[in-house]
Amino acid sequence: MLETLLQGMLLGGLYCLFALGQSLMFGVMRLTNTAQGDFIMLGAFAAIAGMNALAALGWSHGSAPFVVMLALLPLAFGFGYALQRWVLNGTLGRDPLPSLVVTFGLSIVIQNLLLELFSADPRSIETSGLNTASVALPAGLAIGVLPLAIFALALLATGALQWLFNGTRLGRAFRAVSDDKEIAELMGLNSNTVYALATAIAFVLIALAGVLQGMRTTVSPADGPLLLLFAFEAVIIGGMGSFWGTLIGALLLGITQQIGFRLDPGWGIWVGHIVFLIVLVLRPQGLFPKTRG
Amino acid sequence: MAQVEVIRSTAVSRAALWVGLVLIVVAAGLPFWAPEGSGSSWMREFVEIACYLIFAMMWNLLAGYGGMVSIGQQAFFGFGGYVMLMLGNFAGVNPFVAVPLGALAAALIAVPVSFVAFRLQGGYFAIGTWVIADVFRLSFANMSVVGGGSGTSLTALRGIEKATRENLTFWIALACVVAAITLIYLFLRSKRGLALLAIRDNEVAAESQGIAVAGMKLAVYVVAAFGAGLAGALYFVGNLRISPDAAFSVNWTAFAIFMVVIGGIGRIEGPIVGALIFWALNKCFSSYGTWYLMGLGLLAIVVTIFFKQGLWGWAQRRFGLSLFPTQRTLRL
Repeated sequence: MLETLLQGMLLGGLYCLFALGQSLMFGVMRLTNTAQGDFIMLGAFAAIAGMNALAALGWSHGSAPFVVMLALLPLAFGFGYALQRWVLNGTLGRDPLPSLVVTFGLSIVIQNLLLELFSADPRSIETSGLNTASVALPAGLAIGVLPLAIFALALLATGALQWLFNGTRLGRAFRAVSDDKEIAELMGLNSNTVYALATAIAFVLIALAGVLQGMRTTVSPADGPLLLLFAFEAVIIGGMGSFWGTLIGALLLGITQQIGFRLDPGWGIWVGHIVFLIVLVLRPQGLFPKTRG
Repeated sequence: MAQVEVIRSTAVSRAALWVGLVLIVVAAGLPFWAPEGSGSSWMREFVEIACYLIFAMMWNLLAGYGGMVSIGQQAFFGFGGYVMLMLGNFAGVNPFVAVPLGALAAALIAVPVSFVAFRLQGGYFAIGTWVIADVFRLSFANMSVVGGGSGTSLTALRGIEKATRENLTFWIALACVVAAITLIYLFLRSKRGLALLAIRDNEVAAESQGIAVAGMKLAVYVVAAFGAGLAGALYFVGNLRISPDAAFSVNWTAFAIFMVVIGGIGRIEGPIVGALIFWALNKCFSSYGTWYLMGLGLLAIVVTIFFKQGLWGWAQRRFGLSLFPTQRTLRL
């Protein structure tokens, strides 16, 4: 039982990284990015392509995945900025349809592009044994080094985002445009730039999540939609606009899925969905809401 | 007091009505006039596109008129299909009779589903309904009585001769399309249709004018579920084989969104035009596989950003065309 809980928490750490980008974009501009999961897959496959390129140059040191990851993060920042600035900003408004259709269209484009480039075969990022290494705990338990590192990164990322939101000038700008875009613009903020920066940061987290997912397990181009659903569930369970809430939501989702998997492998994800729906019925604003829909 | 005349139809719409009637009669006779050998494949193609069209019209009703953008309508599509199959295979109901029953079952289950789904709005509603559809998929994938994840076949139609089966499926599909268009058209022309348009334009203002917004939204959601279930039941009567991944695939809603957005959202002609374009694109380019799907995705993005009203919206503004006018024009 203890082991199931522990495994569930570690899984939740990964879900938290899937969800933080979504939470940020929800919180700042009420934008529902239906391609969230596909962008995570894009990040994973970009890392795989980067590894292949390094290997082709004859460089296959154990640190290769981390070099690729570090190179990928600024790229993701620029990509997110450009996407928001020149595509998604034009779709924002009272009507949710344009942004939904555009991100949904992007999701289809990305899925099929990855399918064309990488085929439907599952792949993973070679970590030279890191993904199977584990540390022994008392009471005969053992936990993987990589899941533990992912969990630590999730805590770090959540704390960093919360600090960015509450303690910096940029965070104040995020909160201002989130509360009232028109007034924030009257105060001299350019909401288009603020939105673009929010998405840029979200995409750094998305790329990070993608690389880690590719290291931990196999990825295939059609995985995206399910990851989107997990990310969404974590955000809604946790409550809009609170990053610690998103972390708690992700942990709850990870633990319930793990318990479900333990009961019957076919029902794990189903149990997670049902817990999400129960929270939705009992507490539609989520557990720790900050901003209002 | 000035005499006011309410005009509800145009010359074009009256002509469209007659052309439509002639087309229906010609289409209904297809099994008799189609050339030997190709009638069967034409009918199969018609049944398939009819399912897409009905599904897209219902999505248009939900999103374009009801303002509820759902990515989870495949829940009702698959549910209608599975109920039809189970009634046919296990309860001994004639599958053709089971088609409307499957639709009815989808409408019934939409009531409790709405209780959960309506907790969310806007973009959250869209993904929330997707989660619900995934619950449906996983539930059926874990039911061994219908073959679990690999699905099962509609065995109840085995005793019926192939030609009879195909003709019947075709006629039922034609009847469903005609009924769906007619009912949506009449509904939107009615007083309740006017209320729905008011809700779409401004929910708060509509409520303040005495429209029961919550009840109206529930009604639209249930009707859209009925239509989606009808399309699903019909599709799997024609297809004879069902599996959770096919029945609850998000692609159903993706294609519906594509058709509605390309044709023009919030107008009856939209999904019809969109379905015709989709059918033509499918015929010409579907052999390109992934590149074709990428093209569809890009087209939807471009149309959404640059041509918000879709093709028919453009035609309507440019030429004042309206085949199914729902507005009331006052002439003094």
